[in-house]
Amino acid sequence: MSRIKEFNLPDLGEGLTEGEILTWLVKVGDTIELNQPIVEVETAKAAVEIPAKWAGVVTRIFHEAGVTVEVGKPIIAIDTDPGAGDLPVPSAESLAAVQVAPAEGAVEPGMLGSPAPMANRTPVLVGYGVREGSARRRPRVGTTSAPAPAAAPAPVAPAPAVPPAAPVRSGPVLAKPPVRKLARDLGVDLATIVGSGPLGSVTREDVQRKAAEGAEKPAVAPAAAFDGARERRVPVKGVRKLTAENMVASAFTAPHVTEFLTVDVTRSMKALEKLRGRRDFADLRISPLLLVAKAVLLAVRRHPMVNSSWSATTNEIVVKEYVNLGIAAATERGLIVPNIKDAGRLSLRELAEALDELVRTAKSGKTPPADMAHGTLSITNVGVFGVDTGTPILPPGESAILAFGAIRPTPWVHKGKIKVRQVTTLGLSFDHRIIDGELGSKFLRDIGEFLTDPEAAILAWT
Amino acid sequence: MAKGKAAAAPPSGGGSDAPAGGFVQLLTPDGEHVGSVTTADGTTYSVDFTDEEYRGLYRDLVTVRRLDAEATALQRQGELGLWASLLGQEAAQVGSGRALRTQDMAFPTYREHGVLYCRGIDPIMPFGLFRGVDQGGWDANEHKFNSYTIVIGSQTLHATGYAMGVTMDGKTGSPDGEAVIAYFGDGATSQGEVNEAFVWSGVFNAPIVFFCQNNQYAISEPLERQTRIPLYRRAAGYGFPGIRIDGNDVLASYAVTRAALDNARNGQGPTLIEAYTYRMGAHTSSDDPTRYRIASEVESWKAKDPIARVKAFLTKQKLADDTFFGEVDEDARKLALDLRERVLAMPDPQPVTMFDHVYPNGSPELDEQRKAFTEYHASFEGSGH
Repeated sequence: MSRIKEFNLPDLGEGLTEGEILTWLVKVGDTIELNQPIVEVETAKAAVEIPAKWAGVVTRIFHEAGVTVEVGKPIIAIDTDPGAGDLPVPSAESLAAVQVAPAEGAVEPGMLGSPAPMANRTPVLVGYGVREGSARRRPRVGTTSAPAPAAAPAPVAPAPAVPPAAPVRSGPVLAKPPVRKLARDLGVDLATIVGSGPLGSVTREDVQRKAAEGAEKPAVAPAAAFDGARERRVPVKGVRKLTAENMVASAFTAPHVTEFLTVDVTRSMKALEKLRGRRDFADLRISPLLLVAKAVLLAVRRHPMVNSSWSATTNEIVVKEYVNLGIAAATERGLIVPNIKDAGRLSLRELAEALDELVRTAKSGKTPPADMAHGTLSITNVGVFGVDTGTPILPPGESAILAFGAIRPTPWVHKGKIKVRQVTTLGLSFDHRIIDGELGSKFLRDIGEFLTDPEAAILAWT
Repeated sequence: MAKGKAAAAPPSGGGSDAPAGGFVQLLTPDGEHVGSVTTADGTTYSVDFTDEEYRGLYRDLVTVRRLDAEATALQRQGELGLWASLLGQEAAQVGSGRALRTQDMAFPTYREHGVLYCRGIDPIMPFGLFRGVDQGGWDANEHKFNSYTIVIGSQTLHATGYAMGVTMDGKTGSPDGEAVIAYFGDGATSQGEVNEAFVWSGVFNAPIVFFCQNNQYAISEPLERQTRIPLYRRAAGYGFPGIRIDGNDVLASYAVTRAALDNARNGQGPTLIEAYTYRMGAHTSSDDPTRYRIASEVESWKAKDPIARVKAFLTKQKLADDTFFGEVDEDARKLALDLRERVLAMPDPQPVTMFDHVYPNGSPELDEQRKAFTEYHASFEGSGH
């Protein structure tokens, strides 16, 4: 008999998992008709208007514009029978909806209502796949019944008689959109306020009071505030979000090992000078990265197993007979790793051209998605930032990544004497599921051998 | 007026909105009824509708558009997994759909909701497919309307085989013979299947009409990436006539399709009709056309709206007034609401039904699998319903 109906964000395009609220076309209190456009949502595929599923009065808008919402979460509540007078009871369901899902980990894996094992096998016909752990299994008949309401919402005090000492909150903060805007404008973090409004919601007065407190405080203790007033919140989206997801996915699936090697690259630098002096390389911008790339490509030929990926679905190691060489690039949009397709087949000049093109395209922010797909092995040139080395994290699906540090004039034992030589440090991270210490070491050693004496390595290996 | 080179010559008619080479147009975007059009090969196209029939076509167009809009809304509300809207292509579908006779067989793509409606089929029929509660199967013989076909162009071969069968059954060669129509889009013309269908139909003189709704885009790929010549001219290479019509003109669509179907049923073989039209919406609900079309192009096609011109014609000829138009809108709205309610009430399929259509009469092994599966499902809570 619920009069208040909540509308959950649907999957707008065959297998999408989330959408960003672009614009609300209605506000709380508006009377709306069936199929009236209510909100514009952008997904990975398209920006679309969603029409109202029911006629009625908007009683709640769950997320402001700019928020990314998971498919299946409520975005708007509509009173479908507004003529029937006041709402019966402050509808707890409208609160519950935001929090119904029991906390992950509240149940043991494989037990009742827990994420089904092998969630990655959830069937998807098309689209972008499913979120891990999204598949839930119904309980078996005859086992203990699910602890139904116990895991439901953390109670929100309607009007707290005793204000809690510290404003700790488990669920989202309740506040009307104009109040949220006011809070943002005044630099007040809603989570730090104990609401005095209905259902514990934060009111305009609450925000103003908090802002006034904040304004007075500095006079008392100017340097003591370590709260929202002195913090800046940057929304996580775009490349930053993708990077975060990829890095977490990689770091927690592939057991990383990193090894280091310091090498004398004086001869490489001389070889580079010679190349620059050649007529057929005269029009190219070439850097030490070119020789590092060449070293990696030749070393892959000697150790093909490093150029592979782990397939958990088929329980196989996929060894690639092509090298799509990724080059990590810092751009204004964030970190991207475009790759040079089939780099192993390129001549040195073609490789130099491809590197130059890749870097220029990345810097101008025009790298197309296809250039970032299907990488097999990568190089990150941390030397350009003036540091010696790092422990890189593998791009998902790749088994090795080489960090290439700054090249510095360094005292070095050369032919029994201490000389000033050009020295750099290489750091190789690899996926220990596929590559053992022996293979990783040999691969890194060969890269070092090439850079120590490129001419000899080419003569010996090719 | 230049003489055409082949039987596939463009018509003499076609207003200022016609593409280079012209097309058959009987009703201009302003609602002017041209009366008849004679093409360069001497064929004259016209319609002889009663006032009631003109009003009926208007009602079809409005209803079909309204039901389509409801389906689009249902998809956005999470009630359909996908929807392929026909917005902008109503005239091509209603005209050709109404030209079909009871005995004729139609092979649709996944967008021919208007043709389905004109066949007198309950519009809810394809919704099981788009809602994901069935596999989109129905009795094609009962409705003389084949299953919606998702694989681009493959239905043209099915239609060709069916049409060859019609000939073998001796059902062609008379004014009451059976004809077949195969629908497809501009993108499908690049598919091998469509070209094979053209070859076989031409060689075997199959009683078939190839009805291509050229809506200018194969998802995001524009027409100039499908062809260097107007699509209807391809027919000449396969040895049968091709003709282009104003796909936004329901009268041209009706007149030319009816003539082509009659040729087919009389044993004179295939025809390719290119209905020159425009998809006003997205390819499907998963597509965002603003990424590959400019707004001014969409605007220019709005001026050629297939429904507005029929309304203008009815008004000018005093065949209908605002009361009639209001009634049609209201009736369409009611049908759409009824459709919505029935779609929402469609029952979810029981998992065990997946065994139903594997073999016509089942098999012992399948029966065993069904039994084991049923028991397995019964072992979970909440499986009783």
